[in-house]
Amino acid sequence: MIVAKRKKIPEIFDAVKDHKNVLVLGCGTCVTVCLAGGEREVSIISSALRIASRKAGKKIKVNEFIIERQCDNVFIESAAEEIKKNDAVLSLGCGAGVQAIAERYPNTPVYAGLDTSFLGILESRGVWTEKCMQCGTCVLSDFGGICPITRCAKHMLNGPCGGSREDRCEIRADQPCAWQLIYKRLKDIGQLDKISKEYPAKNWSTSINGGSRTIIREDHRI
Amino acid sequence: MNDKVFEPKIIAFCCHFCAYASADLAGSMRLQYPSGVRIIRTPCTGRLEVEFYMRAFENGADGVLVAGCLEGGCHFIDGNLFAKKRVNSTRNILEESGIEKERLRMVNISAAMATNLVTVINDMVNTIKELGPNPIRKSIDGSGGEYKEFETLNSQK
Repeated sequence: MIVAKRKKIPEIFDAVKDHKNVLVLGCGTCVTVCLAGGEREVSIISSALRIASRKAGKKIKVNEFIIERQCDNVFIESAAEEIKKNDAVLSLGCGAGVQAIAERYPNTPVYAGLDTSFLGILESRGVWTEKCMQCGTCVLSDFGGICPITRCAKHMLNGPCGGSREDRCEIRADQPCAWQLIYKRLKDIGQLDKISKEYPAKNWSTSINGGSRTIIREDHRI
Repeated sequence: MNDKVFEPKIIAFCCHFCAYASADLAGSMRLQYPSGVRIIRTPCTGRLEVEFYMRAFENGADGVLVAGCLEGGCHFIDGNLFAKKRVNSTRNILEESGIEKERLRMVNISAAMATNLVTVINDMVNTIKELGPNPIRKSIDGSGGEYKEFETLNSQK
């Protein structure tokens, strides 16, 4: 899922301070699960904005609304009425959600209330970790299901780098060495021979480096 | 501010099993505490959400006191420990929004600690008196900060 975190209230307030009616729009999918933009966070951020606006001597009316998914036109539809009633939208969706709303409502200013951080998982309660950097050419099958591109600080396909201490990464001691994990995993599943394979330099053109990406499925187009 | 004496309006969330019982005991013991403190009984401080604190300040409370069981003594095992984390995180959000974080405080009180409850309430009242009225109250009711009933404040929104 997409993992995001809340922007600081002064930054959010600064963005919306010139509007009279602001809709704080939550998203019920990824950002709800990562506790950044769901129903509860909409309520908290709205409350904080009301306090900040009164403190600044402004009378911003902050309204709250949540839709199931901000990155999908079908769901955005359900917020149409609420969006029309307000001068601006503060989206608590991920970057895709904010842009989807902005595209759908060309005359309404849309602001981002979250910093979209990464594609990851819930590691333990209150801890999210990045697992995929969407390079566009998945190599997980060769590395026992552990991504050296995302989880090795040096993105090495032919690791390890030799700098790890015990099982810790030399760049960040709070992170495990991805290559240590790969070695252990391949050994456990009896595929240790894969580690001696040499990989050519990665083609990064399938990644974001080649510009924003589009997938077209002709078989599904109308 | 008016020439009226500022009496802080403080919402005290007290858990049913400890702090509320100690408030009861304070009553039986005829211990006095400022009348601006309004006690709300909650099943456990772990039930209290960040929104509750935010709404209290948004509607003009000068301070919020969260009183739970002693650490390790929660009726629901660790509800007060969750509450502590939530209070700390809310203090940061409040500070970002422009409200002093000292206005929100959590204390741990057992059912037998009536005098301690009165002490922490008085401490809290003194802190709030030093800080002055909730800074946003002026813009809610247009007053200089004197207390108005919450129902009145809400109806003016």
